[in-house]
Amino acid sequence: MNRYMERIYNGIIKENPCFILMLGMCPTLAVTTSAVNGLGMGLSTLAVLIFSNLIISVMRNVIPDQVRLPAYIVIVASLVTVVDLLLQAYVPSLYSALGIYIPLIVVNCIILGRAEAYANKVGPGLAVFDGIGMGLGFTIALTIIGIVRELLGAGSVFGLTILPESVPAIAIFVKAPGAFLVMAILVAILNACNIKTSANKKVEGCDGCCAHCSKSCNTDGKEEAVK
Amino acid sequence: MSNNSLILIIVTTALVNNVVLSQFLGICSFLGVSKQIKTSASLGGAVIFVMAISSAVANLLYNFILEPLHLEYLETIVFILVIAALVQMVEMFLKKTSPAIYQALGIFLPLITTNCAVLGVAIQNVQNEYTFAESVTAGVGTAVGYTIAIVLLAGIRERIDESSIPAPFRGAPVVLLSAALMAIAFMGFGSLSL
Repeated sequence: MNRYMERIYNGIIKENPCFILMLGMCPTLAVTTSAVNGLGMGLSTLAVLIFSNLIISVMRNVIPDQVRLPAYIVIVASLVTVVDLLLQAYVPSLYSALGIYIPLIVVNCIILGRAEAYANKVGPGLAVFDGIGMGLGFTIALTIIGIVRELLGAGSVFGLTILPESVPAIAIFVKAPGAFLVMAILVAILNACNIKTSANKKVEGCDGCCAHCSKSCNTDGKEEAVK
Repeated sequence: MSNNSLILIIVTTALVNNVVLSQFLGICSFLGVSKQIKTSASLGGAVIFVMAISSAVANLLYNFILEPLHLEYLETIVFILVIAALVQMVEMFLKKTSPAIYQALGIFLPLITTNCAVLGVAIQNVQNEYTFAESVTAGVGTAVGYTIAIVLLAGIRERIDESSIPAPFRGAPVVLLSAALMAIAFMGFGSLSL
């Protein structure tokens, strides 16, 4: 397995951002009311992640270390604005379904986390493949959660009715509590299969959010980059 | 605009549309910093503080700079930068002027920059076309809702630590399950006739 394929495997399986690293929980829980919404959110994040990794990797020797976090935030926010406008123009139905969670891709921990932990240390090729791997891992996880919630909550998958009408839909799964419930059970299944998630090897102070970690760990929580 | 509508905004943002339990904003810190009641209450205080100021500043910026210049599409970039800078200034200001508050809230302030709830409120205020007073009220109401949710969860987690849980559910799953039950309880507020 060469280095590029290893990155993709790493993103999808070994360090899956949702199930293993437990990053980006807000969109994970919020938009997965149906498989289509989960897939749409995953692909939007994938697009932002690939380009942010690419730009940050290319500019890694240009951006001064002290102001790197604000610089990353500007890059990511610009890309998110592009995705926001594209979705609004070409996929209005998805745009209205995802709503406020599209601009909120900016504060998705996965994107700043990958920039800080990986993209600013390697060349553009590896960074792009890391973005593809992590983005695909996120997309697959969101789609799986979306499928489970849509199947249980509405009896359908990707809008196609699967369950017969004699099986009543459990409406709570497409409402807010269902998101927590499905995520809890999926993580418990992974735990039962002895797959290490960050829940049982968590570093104190980071608390599962990379962006927090990179800020408070590297700068010791005191000296800040934003000036 | 009457006082009634402001009270309505507070109740809606704090309870009915609870920012964490029904809108899923700020989940990272909700799950991460809810191990003890004391720390989560401090974080809640810091969030109330920052959200009130950032809603006010975001509202002024949008109405007096972005809208007259027809730069509405830049709101995401502008808001996130303003919030990041604002948190920095609040931190420096508190450090100089009131070390006691800084001691209590200081370590949480950097965490708040990446808290999606702060950016979420700023964007929602614009989408709802709130006035200045309504924006600040919505900011405070949302932050109060966040504080209620995180302190309640911390209380539950302090108890959970002392009970025996099936091995696969230890750690994150049991916290998520508690959050699910809290979300069901908060759904009850949805039937308030407002």
